[in-house]
Amino acid sequence: MTEKTILVSLEVNGKPVSARVPARTTLVDFLRDELRLTGTHVGCEHGTCGACTVMLDGEPIRSCLVFAVQLEGQRITTVEGLTKPDGSLSILQDSFAEAHAQQCGYCTPGMLISAQSLLNNNPQPSDDEIRVAISSNLCRCTGYQQIVNAVGMAAERMAKE
Amino acid sequence: MEQAFKYIGAKRRTKEAPRFLTGSGRFVADIHLPGMKHVAIVASPHPSARIISINTEAARAMPGVRYILDGEEFCAHTDTLYVGVDAPKLKRYALARDVVRYSGEWVVAVVADSRAQAEDAAELVEVEYQATPHVIDPELSLRDDAPLIHPEHGSNQLYHRKFVWGPVEAAFREAEERVSFRVTWGRSSTVPIETFGVLAQWHEADQLLDVWASIQMPKYPDQLARALRLPGNAVRVHYDVDVGGSFGLKRGIKHTVLVSYLARKVGAPVRFIEDRLENMRGGDMHGPDRFFDVEVAFNRDGIIKGLRIRAVDDVGAYAGRSPLQLGKPVSAICGPYQIHAIEYEPTSVMTNKTPQEAVRGFGQAPTNLALERTMDHVARHLGMDPIELRRKNFIRKDQFPYLIPSGSTYDSGDYHTVLDKALAAIDYPELLRQRDSLRAAGALAGIGISTCLEPSGGNSAFEPLFNAKNDTTTWMDSCLVRVDLSGAITGVMGTSSAGQGHETLVATVLGEVLEREPDKIRVVHADSLNALPSNSPVGSRMAIMLGGAAAGAARKLKATLIRLAAHNLGCAIDDIEYADGNTSVRGNPERGLSWDKLVEIAHRKFHLLPPEMEPGLQASFVWEVPTGGGLPTEDGRIQIYPCYSFEAHVLLIKIDADTGRPKILKYLCGHDCGVMINPDVVHGMTYGGIAHGIGAALYEKFAYTEEGELASGTLMDYLIPSSMEVPELHIVDHCTPSPLTTFGQKGSGESGYLGSAAAICNAVNDALAPRGKSIETLPMSNLAIWNTLHATLSATR
Repeated sequence: MTEKTILVSLEVNGKPVSARVPARTTLVDFLRDELRLTGTHVGCEHGTCGACTVMLDGEPIRSCLVFAVQLEGQRITTVEGLTKPDGSLSILQDSFAEAHAQQCGYCTPGMLISAQSLLNNNPQPSDDEIRVAISSNLCRCTGYQQIVNAVGMAAERMAKE
Repeated sequence: MEQAFKYIGAKRRTKEAPRFLTGSGRFVADIHLPGMKHVAIVASPHPSARIISINTEAARAMPGVRYILDGEEFCAHTDTLYVGVDAPKLKRYALARDVVRYSGEWVVAVVADSRAQAEDAAELVEVEYQATPHVIDPELSLRDDAPLIHPEHGSNQLYHRKFVWGPVEAAFREAEERVSFRVTWGRSSTVPIETFGVLAQWHEADQLLDVWASIQMPKYPDQLARALRLPGNAVRVHYDVDVGGSFGLKRGIKHTVLVSYLARKVGAPVRFIEDRLENMRGGDMHGPDRFFDVEVAFNRDGIIKGLRIRAVDDVGAYAGRSPLQLGKPVSAICGPYQIHAIEYEPTSVMTNKTPQEAVRGFGQAPTNLALERTMDHVARHLGMDPIELRRKNFIRKDQFPYLIPSGSTYDSGDYHTVLDKALAAIDYPELLRQRDSLRAAGALAGIGISTCLEPSGGNSAFEPLFNAKNDTTTWMDSCLVRVDLSGAITGVMGTSSAGQGHETLVATVLGEVLEREPDKIRVVHADSLNALPSNSPVGSRMAIMLGGAAAGAARKLKATLIRLAAHNLGCAIDDIEYADGNTSVRGNPERGLSWDKLVEIAHRKFHLLPPEMEPGLQASFVWEVPTGGGLPTEDGRIQIYPCYSFEAHVLLIKIDADTGRPKILKYLCGHDCGVMINPDVVHGMTYGGIAHGIGAALYEKFAYTEEGELASGTLMDYLIPSSMEVPELHIVDHCTPSPLTTFGQKGSGESGYLGSAAAICNAVNDALAPRGKSIETLPMSNLAIWNTLHATLSATR
């Protein structure tokens, strides 16, 4: 037996997508289960850990706290949409690799989204501003130090480009 | 040991980074099998109750429901899980039968086409309970009148022993001074951001179970097969699943037995991914919950003469390996200090709480807290500088290898130098001035020091120590290296990884020995049927054990290449020079065989192989833990871990007197884990460990109500420190190589965590001291600090 479904159409990472899903499908389940974009992770399902962070029109949101149907027609960016068009690492991703800002990789996609959103709005953030921006994302591996270093490194490298 | 390395110790990006940074990791929840079913759990709301009836009629009628399983059926068809100590009457299954023993215990499992459907149906399962008396407090649980959690066991005590190593009574009789106190490590855990998950598929035609799980557990396939009453070769665990953080914790054996049983029953792949509440209350992954009654005897010059430690650890309602977390600290029971007479009395007690699992350090972090509070209490009693006191009692560099009273020999160390480097790096005189000027301005400010050991190498010799019926003496690890016809190198490891960078470790070590570029070496994770013997990345062992195994395999491979060259160049093996994988005859560099030529001969030209040499090019190595193999003496002395890393923490903390809120202003850790294979990886784990310790010290607690309910089952109540609570962290390195390991490396998987909570507790107490207050219970939450400040009597016990 199947549940009643609703057609949801979004723009994800620059591409139009649509799928019929039950109305109660959260955005993160829509991304992961329907689109198989499994880079966005689920950590708490109550909006605290930040692992599911994606961009809605460039601003970070918790994809576990919103239903897919609420975002009809909106622009979503996930970690899969951060790489350069040729698939290589973005400056931020490359800075994470250089600074060893990821260990288990589970919080990493949400962390990248929050950091990229910060850099889009504030290209030269201070360490304190970086800490505020990523305070919405919990990490258990890194103690945040190498993440703060990586975001600062990315800002410097972007300024030189 | 001065040794120049080509790749070891150099800056190198991890091999794992690109997949994690592009969202291409392969976590268990990312694996999708056609026709996969989903599990939801019905959990007990009672800490202790009899199950009167279970009505699943309404749930069965719900859309998508495939199967509903209760403990009656499950326990009849599977066997009990492993218990770490000698307690044969203690049974443990994934689902409760007849009685429940903690709030959150699993009672019924529902399988449906989607997770949402499974949850909908689970809500309609009606379980009737009759509540029975419960006990939450470990001291009350030890009393004769406590309700018995497992009546057939006859007691709530799981393990108790009093070890006496050295002349303890004489030390206490003769020492000039003594101090006693109680300190408590609160019930916290590693709480990875990824919860535990498992996916199982039964192949009826092959009689084979495939398992993908976010697992970090020694002997997992073996225990799974036993519980399912299957031969070991009917279980295939895939170790190429990325694990989203674990830190010792992710040992979801009960989850796996349950899901495997269901997969076979339903005839389809079945997946269970814990939601956060499930993880916190019923995942059986709480950490040590332990108090220490400490008595220390010392002279007025500050020299410690004797130590008595009674440790009571509350493991919750069921026993797995948890009692053994009182055993590992035997390996470093005197910390970095020369203490010749020690009494250690560990007691493991059950209560009606969620069971305990292995947590980073396996009980060493709480013990280090007790030791480091001891040092500060002695210093305060004598009016002595806590740094001076530590220096006086440290084992000196010239005393290694150093045998401690409990039977372990420390391999190497230079504690004085590491502490000096840490104090210099943080500018300790300036730190004192800052503290004093904050105090002069009316603030509460304190400096905390801790100097702690990290036993590493992951030898589980505490098993025979705590269980005479267990005479396990090997905790081997292994590696296979092969060179294919193209000349490319692949390393095969036999476990999963949870962010420790093992692929980078293996590639670096293989590259070092074979003199080939590590970035071009691929490292894969075997499955449990084609893996060499391994014991999972626990106990800070992989740099030592996987690194050692990879080096051993590479050396065998290199020897094969040299033999092959000598045979074909018509010279003695000793006359072959090996450089960057190419060979030549000593003194005649024109005569040689390149890497590519040697590979081609090995793979294609049997007629050119020396007699008895196998064609192809591969080598494997299984390594026993250095110093391993021993059994305990009658008085409980044993070499447990081989290597001992050291860390010296120094921090400045400020406390808001109006709210009790602490703020760490400066933090530095001096760290010595011998030769670092990848400094970024070591530093990353150390930073993370410090942050984890900040959580344990100030924020994190699985709190229980008097009624036995878990009061912190979400991340809104169980507070994990964010980038706002964790300050800028600094590390200063020192290297005292281990004489026991391949390259002089020691372990660092628990670094930072093993000393940070102790240092913070010392700092908070230093801040409270001018007000005549002290706090000896973790976590030292804002409220706990505020209550301490405003208590009319000192909170000291």
